[in-house]
Amino acid sequence: MVTTLDKVDVVTVGVGWTGGIIAAECAKEGLKVVGLERGRERSTQDFSMVHDEYRYAIRYELMQDLSKETVTFRNNRKQRALPMRQMGSFLLGEGLGGSGTHWNGQNWRFLPYDFQIKSMTEEKYGKNKLSADYTLQDWGITYDELEPYFDRFEKTAGISGEATNPFWGQRSAEYPTPPMKKTPILQRFETASKNLGYSPFMLPSANLSETYKNPDGKTINACQYCGFCERFGCEYGAKSSPEITVVPTALETGNFEIKFNANAVEILKEGDKVTGVKYVDTVTFEEFIQPAEVVVLTSYMMNNAKLLMVSKIGEQYDPETGRGTLGKNYAYQILPGASGFFDEQMNVFMGAGALGMTVDDFNGDNFDHNDLDFIHGASLSITQTGLRPILTNPIPPDTPSWGADFKKASIHNYTRTLSVGGQGASMPHKENYMSLDGTYKDIYGVPLLQLTYNFTDQDRALHAYLTEKAAGIMQEMGAKTVVGGNPISDYDIVPYQTTHNTGGTMMGSSRDDSVVNNYLQHWDAENLFVVGAGNFAHNGGYNPTGTVGALAYRCAEGIIKYSKDGGTLV
Amino acid sequence: MAKKEKNFSRRDFLKTSGIATGALIGGGLIGGLIGSNVSGNSGAGTASPAPGTANQGQMSVRGLQFFKNDVEFQVLSQAAERIFPEDDLGPGAIGLGVPYFIDQQLAGAYGENSKEYMQGPFFEGESTQGYQSRLKRNEMFRQGLILMQTEAQRRFNKDFVELDGGQMDEILTAFQEDELEMKGVSSLFFFRLFRMAVLEGAYADPIYGGNQNMDGWRMKGFPGHQASYINQIESEEFAEIEPKSIGNMNH
Repeated sequence: MVTTLDKVDVVTVGVGWTGGIIAAECAKEGLKVVGLERGRERSTQDFSMVHDEYRYAIRYELMQDLSKETVTFRNNRKQRALPMRQMGSFLLGEGLGGSGTHWNGQNWRFLPYDFQIKSMTEEKYGKNKLSADYTLQDWGITYDELEPYFDRFEKTAGISGEATNPFWGQRSAEYPTPPMKKTPILQRFETASKNLGYSPFMLPSANLSETYKNPDGKTINACQYCGFCERFGCEYGAKSSPEITVVPTALETGNFEIKFNANAVEILKEGDKVTGVKYVDTVTFEEFIQPAEVVVLTSYMMNNAKLLMVSKIGEQYDPETGRGTLGKNYAYQILPGASGFFDEQMNVFMGAGALGMTVDDFNGDNFDHNDLDFIHGASLSITQTGLRPILTNPIPPDTPSWGADFKKASIHNYTRTLSVGGQGASMPHKENYMSLDGTYKDIYGVPLLQLTYNFTDQDRALHAYLTEKAAGIMQEMGAKTVVGGNPISDYDIVPYQTTHNTGGTMMGSSRDDSVVNNYLQHWDAENLFVVGAGNFAHNGGYNPTGTVGALAYRCAEGIIKYSKDGGTLV
Repeated sequence: MAKKEKNFSRRDFLKTSGIATGALIGGGLIGGLIGSNVSGNSGAGTASPAPGTANQGQMSVRGLQFFKNDVEFQVLSQAAERIFPEDDLGPGAIGLGVPYFIDQQLAGAYGENSKEYMQGPFFEGESTQGYQSRLKRNEMFRQGLILMQTEAQRRFNKDFVELDGGQMDEILTAFQEDELEMKGVSSLFFFRLFRMAVLEGAYADPIYGGNQNMDGWRMKGFPGHQASYINQIESEEFAEIEPKSIGNMNH
């Protein structure tokens, strides 16, 4: 028994940053919007007891309940894919705000090089810099075209930063708020990287340096540097999140309604248009259809891809033939870095999610790759996010991992260890992709998404090179012992690495090599939009959210345009 | 090895006392009565809290919620103490109440795998694919602790709790080296789970029953729940701050 509801102008699947931005922009234009959110409502008052490492950072209070739905994984096509039974490598979110609630707030614009990576790489290094197995492509949009949308997102979120990095693309405006406090730990990094001839700058932060009112009239408070950002929500309303910005902006128009506990299971399609979304009430398991003029997939990139696959919209990528685009170019990130052990104690337990300094001297194509066997690179940063005692037990090499020596060393070094870490760009490879699993299902009976992923030679070379650079900075910072990260071999889904998963619903300039056009409009259904980090044709050397926010504003503009004129927007 | 002797005497005392390890008497650990170093030199230059401040809201009654017999709980306690032993910095796992923390966790969502994907079919898989067992964590723990006891008998003809520290370490190392057969889980996987649970109990907020008196935090120099560091974060000085639990919040 399926209940069909009244038709609305726009329905979004998921209410996080992308769903919130689209709801706010469309509702302000007078469009009636419904947001389907499978999780619960939450707001700042839900975070009054959030300084609890065990509950939030270890037991994943804010994350997806994997007993209901997970993904399956294998390193390559020869292996049997098996479910990710417990959370590890990346942390899928759940609930209002999505990952935008528990992000650290490190907010970047991808480099001009990223958007034209294939043409720029070929122009400078020739066609054979990387083998044809690496499925590089341009994004169908340039940095300059996307700049106004970057600016919009930064102003909505009130990003705190300084526009002093020589490697960035042109900016139309300064950051809305000044950078965060340059703490003694950050100053060590600044001095060392300047000594080495690099150009350090304060990391752009969504934990705000001062109280800020955004153009929609929403206030974001000043960060208190309490040290509980990633995996946590902010009890001060000082970390820009959807539930304190775009969601209330949308609700105040009177044109936006959120349906909670609504888990989308299918996008309904007739001919070359979609008609609405079928969802299950997660409390009663009743089924509903929400008809809409426009459907927007705004969930995490994995669920965006999964919904298209189960709804049979677009062509599934097949690595055997190279045909199809859906699920193609799944990319992740690699984490080169180095730790340093010092003699003096430092206030490592203080901090904020995006409190840091960065050098971009080895990111993108900011350095010459002629004599290197890889392309791109990583931003290298020191961050002071607030180290907590359960997960922070640094011990010098050759120290046992338990017992008397472990206890002494881990306690001694907890306040005496710093790390310089990189976010290594991840190049797409023909064997890294997403598809539907043939065996395992979620509790609604829908197949799980299947990841086939492994690190590549490009990844390993980049990791080794950047780890050496990170170790050089740490050495210059005066650490008495410097330990570089171990070389990477095969991707392992168990230890936490990063929640920067990208690809699968690529944007591009042609239906032959992408899922959506540069308004994030689906090539096969003109009233279907898909937006998120899934649109990335590869993964860059930064956190993805700033670029995702820009794409969401671009998408909102496309939807508004489409609502007036119809048709394909490009 | 004076320390080992201390462990012996402590264990012997506890074995014959009929009081569960780490039991509280009037807010102080039994361990405190037998030469442990709970309130003395607890590192990080902190003073013991005045009565009625940090102890507010702590339980004065401790019982078991998951384990049904004291034998398994005693094995758990002694093994946890080997992972995180008492030393001159301060208490070990027993003194911090870690065995009680683990018992409570095993009785709840953690032990029951409430948020894990537990649907079949189950296959072994590659190590890069992670945990692929149909066992719940609390089943792994029971099996692992019983195996520790069996190994103690097989190797030394003694109960696990009667072994000296070196012998206990030998058995724990056999788990860590993945040398022991367990059903539905590798001994290495169980060892990692166990080690992590001990650290969680040592350093989680005291509201969960471990990190007794916040001594885990005191040893480490972590101030726990503090509202703000905005006025301290630019200082070059290392800040020694009396820790606070979220259990002491005034809502």
